[in-house]
Amino acid sequence: MGSKYDVLVIGGGNAALCAAISARRGGASVLVLEGAPKFYRGGNTRHTRNMRCAHDAATEILTGPYTEEEFWEDLLRVTGGQTDEVLARHMIRESKDILNWIVEQGVRWQPSLGGTLSLGRTNSFFLGGGRAMLNALYLTAERLGVDVEYDAEVTDLVIEDGMFLAARLKRPIKGETEIRATSLVAAAGGFEANIEWLKQYWGEAADNFLIRGTPYNRGSILKMLLAKGVQEVGDPTQCHAVAIDARAPKFDGGIITRHDSVVFGIVVNKHSQRFYDEGEDIWPKRYAIWGRLVAAQPDQIAYIIFDSTVVTSFMPTLFPPIAGQTVAELAGKLELDPAALEKTITEFNAAVRPGTFDHTILDDCRTEGITPQKTHWARKIETPPYLAYPVRPGITFTYLGTRVSKEARMLMADGKPSANMFAAGEIMAGNVLGKGYAAGMGMTIGSVFGRIAGREAAKHARN
Amino acid sequence: MHGTRILDEADRLMTVCNSCRYCEGLCAVFPAMEMRRAFSDGDLNYLANLCHSCGACYVDCQFSPPHEFNVNVPKTLAVARAESYAAYAWPQALSGAFARNGLVISIVAALSMAAFILGFAALNDRSVLFGVNTGPGAFYKLMPHNAMAALFSAAFLYAILALVMSVRAFWRDIGTPIGGRADGGSIFQAIRDAGELRYLHGGGVGCYNEDDKPTDRRKLYHHLTFYGFLLCFAATSVATLYHYLLGREAPYPWWDLPVVLGTLGGLGLIVGPVGLFIAKLRRAPELLDEDRYGMDVGFIAMLFLTGFTGVLLLLLRETAAMGPLLALHLGAVFALFITMPYGKFVHGIYRFAALVRYAQERRTAA
Repeated sequence: MGSKYDVLVIGGGNAALCAAISARRGGASVLVLEGAPKFYRGGNTRHTRNMRCAHDAATEILTGPYTEEEFWEDLLRVTGGQTDEVLARHMIRESKDILNWIVEQGVRWQPSLGGTLSLGRTNSFFLGGGRAMLNALYLTAERLGVDVEYDAEVTDLVIEDGMFLAARLKRPIKGETEIRATSLVAAAGGFEANIEWLKQYWGEAADNFLIRGTPYNRGSILKMLLAKGVQEVGDPTQCHAVAIDARAPKFDGGIITRHDSVVFGIVVNKHSQRFYDEGEDIWPKRYAIWGRLVAAQPDQIAYIIFDSTVVTSFMPTLFPPIAGQTVAELAGKLELDPAALEKTITEFNAAVRPGTFDHTILDDCRTEGITPQKTHWARKIETPPYLAYPVRPGITFTYLGTRVSKEARMLMADGKPSANMFAAGEIMAGNVLGKGYAAGMGMTIGSVFGRIAGREAAKHARN
Repeated sequence: MHGTRILDEADRLMTVCNSCRYCEGLCAVFPAMEMRRAFSDGDLNYLANLCHSCGACYVDCQFSPPHEFNVNVPKTLAVARAESYAAYAWPQALSGAFARNGLVISIVAALSMAAFILGFAALNDRSVLFGVNTGPGAFYKLMPHNAMAALFSAAFLYAILALVMSVRAFWRDIGTPIGGRADGGSIFQAIRDAGELRYLHGGGVGCYNEDDKPTDRRKLYHHLTFYGFLLCFAATSVATLYHYLLGREAPYPWWDLPVVLGTLGGLGLIVGPVGLFIAKLRRAPELLDEDRYGMDVGFIAMLFLTGFTGVLLLLLRETAAMGPLLALHLGAVFALFITMPYGKFVHGIYRFAALVRYAQERRTAA
């Protein structure tokens, strides 16, 4: 029988590493099991860029303040009230301290240079992005003596009466296929890369989803925990989904497949019909709704259509826009009915009312007399070449998860807290995020609950 | 669509990077990239020469290999950078020297050294070459000062002319889109950035070499090499002033300024290049421009040889070895001078020009 760890962390992203570091700093021996190979370590954290934290005054990296109350109101708005207020307020309070704590773990922030995202007040940016942040956390964890194993796929969890005993592995690690530990921190992410599981809720449409993160987020740990009596939280159909380029790879296309051009044009489905107000709100606040909107369209495909006057108004894109000198030519390239697309654009153009365009505010450029309306930034599409991006739903992460307490302790189906099981990150994000999303919140949940879970797991192990 | 395959690849990467921008805080390459949406050959050569090859963007990138997007900015820009040296070389007929640079440098160095030894022997009888010569003017018994000065001035002036012509072509090419002459403030900013190797810091933690753990060693060795070179240059300049203004002839006593500067510089030119060479041996192969290995090593070897023969000359100048060592040292310096415009030396010049352009762009954008 091999050695027994105080704390076993399953997962290898931001939440897992914050848990591992905080448990190790709490005096526990810690093993991290990352299911992915080393290059793909860190799950969705690889693709993140920033974190949303409350702060009372401006700092070197943030203009400020962003108060707890304002954070709470933002959360309330995006979730439509579908959040656990006690947990959410607790997380927001803790987020203030996380800004500094994460720097103590070697993570570096950068001033927001590009001004490409209007988040300089609410969100802090990792210097070099999410993978740089992960690299720093791994270096710190290893320096502190945390053991890390890659390609470490867990096939089963031994749980008795809400008490974790051991994890079984696909291949032996240090001669063992069963790892015992006094406490468990589950930080293994959601199930967005598990198309079969997504199909249970979305049907065949899920075949047309693109997964923005790694193919390793298959939700196997979540599934085991729910099967062994942990209480579930969240709507399984809810996820963070944005519209991404239809030409993106099936998995791991990451940030560079996104489009932020919706507000500058119109969006039509495969029947060349508009289906939602493209001018509803300022990007990025409304960025998060387009994944679900496209998912609801036939064949889960849509086209952002604009003209040559706005090409430099948004971020450069990985895939070039598809172009046509006439609307009909463009329609042909997109395999849309030319007459239908021409009709949609003609009607849209006719409905555009004069106004003063300003994409930084909710301006007065709007349509009249068509459904759906475009309530802001509506301008005629009439200057060739006509351009389009095909888009599909890009799933970032899912919200179905394990219910936890303020101590990040898992709650069992009967409402009793587990003796020694904790959860952090996307696997429990649904406690806070019932639906919707605001930039950087996934990382806040991961860091805050990761740190708490590690601390509590170590406390339990040392008792 | 570009002149070369590597520029096509650099263009593809800059398109990927421009739609990501996570690295914008790491160094100057990415903010400079963000000022453009499309990239001309000149733009790409400019970005390639802004890159200090610290490796941070490779280690931090979620799309670096084995990811299918295959983003390897340090290596791609290293190859593009090396190709840009040849593209702007003056006269163009000699641009081929970059391709076989290690070989060219070794041959030139060997020939120069042999020429000095044979030249000394031919000018003097053998007792002078292998004899013990001490006191002021000892060196000039082997070769008259005026001959030495004329020869090295000619080699040096040729190097300067070739470098100026090359950089002029580079400057024109990178300057077309966002134009203008270099202003004093931008030059001062570039001197500071180059002097402290600001962009070799991997975003603050240091340079990446053999693995994903950053260290600052390459920066330290580069500083030793660069400042060693400058000190040696200063030593030569002071000695020249001594000779013509004060009428004091070399060799000078160990405590005198040219010797102090030369000794410190020589030590820098021994430790620095050796360190850089070891760092290069250890550097992760996926970050290296392997085709240009010979050019890099050839330049490192020339600097080392210059420092090493100089320090040996200082130590053994009162023995019979002085003659041959002086010949070797002068041969090394001569070879260094005439190969300068066609080897790794130019990286400093092009990078400086790129830093000036960057400082200028930042000031214009502000």
